[in-house]
Amino acid sequence: MEGRPQKHLALILARELASQLASATFIADATGELVFYNERAEEILGRTFAEAGPMPPDEWAALFRLEDLEGQPLSLDRMPAAIALMEQRPAHANLWMTGLDGQRRLLSVTGVPLMASPTELVGMVAMFWQIPTADDD
Amino acid sequence: MPLHARIWGCRGSLPTPGEGTVRYGGNTPCVEITTPEGGLLILDAGTGIKRLGAGLEREGPLHVLLTHLHLDHVEGLRFFAPFWRPGVELHIWGPASPLHSLEERIARAFSPPLFPLELADTPASVTFHDVPHHTWEIEGIGVDAQPVSHPGPTVGYRLSVNGSSLAYIPDHEPVLGVEMASLEPEWISGHAIAADVDLLLHDCQFSESEYSSRVGWGHSSVAHAVEFAQRSDVRRLVLFHHDPDRTDAGVDGLVERARELWDGTSPVQPVAACEGMTLELP
Repeated sequence: MEGRPQKHLALILARELASQLASATFIADATGELVFYNERAEEILGRTFAEAGPMPPDEWAALFRLEDLEGQPLSLDRMPAAIALMEQRPAHANLWMTGLDGQRRLLSVTGVPLMASPTELVGMVAMFWQIPTADDD
Repeated sequence: MPLHARIWGCRGSLPTPGEGTVRYGGNTPCVEITTPEGGLLILDAGTGIKRLGAGLEREGPLHVLLTHLHLDHVEGLRFFAPFWRPGVELHIWGPASPLHSLEERIARAFSPPLFPLELADTPASVTFHDVPHHTWEIEGIGVDAQPVSHPGPTVGYRLSVNGSSLAYIPDHEPVLGVEMASLEPEWISGHAIAADVDLLLHDCQFSESEYSSRVGWGHSSVAHAVEFAQRSDVRRLVLFHHDPDRTDAGVDGLVERARELWDGTSPVQPVAACEGMTLELP
């Protein structure tokens, strides 16, 4: 069976679910590679997934410039999505993100690990909402 | 002729005897796989396994590979004659579940009040196995199992011997709410199981119009089955898991539709499985 490895069924179903949702959703596999984000996430991140493509965690963490509420750069180990992957537990935070369209947005982000069994991490789903601020149009 | 398949049951959901189902049969899924060297595997234990077991006289261990534990795929196990013979060594393989062992899950249907006897009452020596994540060999046949999209823990099986291969995915909804054409192969449920096989036995429970009101039920329309087979570059597609409400004439109609949709990437036209059918792999 040649070609790229089959994605885990849980990731396939997560992508199908995300495709049906108006909630911004971002999916990574067990290595942290970004494997999909949906249309609402595209609006917030400022680039379609087709353009951005799959990318490893240090690349997406740098690309979507994340800051804490004090405006300080957010290290990978404080990002909800990364915590969910590295510590295999849900994590939540409000944070600032400057998308690829150059817009800075206040987001509420929740990351949840995808566990195929109690010991098998297959990936992570992060859902995020934009929090309205006084600067928004 | 490394692999030989015989269909003992190909009806989905519910055993369906009667004059309207005589040609394709009413027994629920069971496929016997043999090799010229005497290797034997049994895929699923629907009611078709009863007749298989009645004629089975064999020394040595028997292996039953379950795709999942919906009743139509396990209900024949209680009436599988080797189960009731002392000294028989029986191995039952199936998908793992996060919470309960395979034995515990099967025992639910194999115990009062659903059945008068307990699993522990069977005289055969029965061992339950969760299918591994890697290729393994049974009776000289290479076996791969991977999760496929269907409610509850469900796997598809790929069997390989000397370059010949067969994929068995009787219950499958390969895409949910997205177009298969928009997906890369690695994003299509079951693709790795079916890729480039000589023979694919695949779920074809619904017509295209029926499917529209049954999204998420875990089964394929004829269009799904054909598209999945073509995306997986299979050599021959055999439609399986006929709906219990579908008469023989109705199955004929699905075959006709499958052939209309078949784009000729393989010259071998799709057929529908029927009880007693035998399939030889090159």
